[in-house]
Amino acid sequence: MSLDSHKTPTMPHALEFKSSTFSVPVLVLSSVDLGIIEQQLQEKIKLAPEFFRNSPLVLDLQEINKQGLGINIEELTGIIRKAGLFPVGVRGGNVQQNKQALELLIPVYSVHKGGVTAENKKQKTITPAPVPEQKTDTDIGIGETTLITQPIRSGQRIYAAGDLIILAQVSAGAEIMAEGNIHVYNTLRGRALAGVRGNTEARIFCIDLQAELISIAGNYKVSEDLDDTVRNKPVQIYLQDQALIIKDIVQPH
Amino acid sequence: MARIIVVTSGKGGVGKTTTSAAIAMGLAKKGHKTAVIDFDVGLRNLDLIMGCERRVVYDFVNVINQEASLNQALIRDKNCNLLYILPASQTRDKEALSQEGVGRVLDELKKDFKYIVCDSPAGIEKGAHLAMYFADDAFVVTNPEVSSVRDSDRMLGILASKSRRAEQNEEPIKEYLLLTRYSPERVKLGEMLSVDDVQDILSLHLLGVIPESKSVLNSSNSGIPVILDEKSDAGQAYADIVARYLGENRPHRFIDDKKGFFSKLFGSK
Repeated sequence: MSLDSHKTPTMPHALEFKSSTFSVPVLVLSSVDLGIIEQQLQEKIKLAPEFFRNSPLVLDLQEINKQGLGINIEELTGIIRKAGLFPVGVRGGNVQQNKQALELLIPVYSVHKGGVTAENKKQKTITPAPVPEQKTDTDIGIGETTLITQPIRSGQRIYAAGDLIILAQVSAGAEIMAEGNIHVYNTLRGRALAGVRGNTEARIFCIDLQAELISIAGNYKVSEDLDDTVRNKPVQIYLQDQALIIKDIVQPH
Repeated sequence: MARIIVVTSGKGGVGKTTTSAAIAMGLAKKGHKTAVIDFDVGLRNLDLIMGCERRVVYDFVNVINQEASLNQALIRDKNCNLLYILPASQTRDKEALSQEGVGRVLDELKKDFKYIVCDSPAGIEKGAHLAMYFADDAFVVTNPEVSSVRDSDRMLGILASKSRRAEQNEEPIKEYLLLTRYSPERVKLGEMLSVDDVQDILSLHLLGVIPESKSVLNSSNSGIPVILDEKSDAGQAYADIVARYLGENRPHRFIDDKKGFFSKLFGSK
């Protein structure tokens, strides 16, 4: 390789390694009955066929291995492929399962041991809308900041590839999404999803929090989970150790 | 230049047709030649409210399909000779309307009329879509309760994104809020959203409040737009709305609990 590059010194870079984070759905198995797995998988997919179509999937075998149950990876991946999903990894498998996975060209991941803090107990995770396949009212170019001055009404969807700044209110039943940060300089009543492509550094800022749902990189809270202490005032929302933190923008001295 | 006004709401039963009839009559009474069109194809009501149901020969769909001329289908109002009604077809459905056909009829009306009032059907489907598509102004009729407010909000989103003006990047449709069936007593008891609550959610210019009134039902039943009942509170409220829309400055009425002379005197609730 070094020889090759030596021979052609003027050759431009053909590749570059970069680190990037993706959110991928994880299928946690608690049964080894392939028939039941197949049936329940099909039922789940039926609920949101567009969401699952050609979606990558990581298989989590921790639970069944804890119970000492064995499973045939080859047959399992066959079922998953048949359902229109692409298995792209296995985690929590034993030596034999990992070997089997690698033979099938499926990478093996280690189990992430991130502790769950008390704070995010109420919080659930969703796999972020992978790519907005549904048509949204506004689609903006990569990395740009989108500025909106009109109210976002119930039923409207806004998608910004970069940051999203909204000067008017966001009504209940509206949905605003950004790959970057979201700023709402007015009342936020609808759903706000920042970092929808997995950017865990994204934040949401709003003047008056009354949201139906807030999410950063797939970690979300619904209205019911929001305390009265954070409602109806200016707050920022960010992610810390996979927990959504909601804080007053103006900190008391 | 003619202006097209859509009277819309999303939700049904909030008073769109009553409002359409009243403001069309109000505008005509002020000396502007006005046409009012019933877009609720299949559920024709406007002709009843306007009291012209016995004179319907041709309808909106006939004109769209070029089976009748506009002049043949327009019905002149018996109370005001500057007001014309274009009734909906009762035997067809909304699919009989086409964007091209509606556009053609409105263009023809614009040559001759100052105001064209489009009475939208409920919902957000084809009929409602076509009723608002060509509009210049929108009267959003809302009842002071949460589902009506939510639906109005949805409709406002559609006005802002799916209308002709939005599609062609023109100046957006001017939106006005009409709060109907308002009862200050019930607001006081906490049974109804207040004007402020509704405006807080919708953040929209309030054109007027129509109080809950027996005169509305009486007028509908007798086929006379309520605005002609000058003694009634609802009639006066609609007259105020028309005047405000035309640029007159009139203070808002019917928002506060209006106590009678005696109850004031004796301090009763």
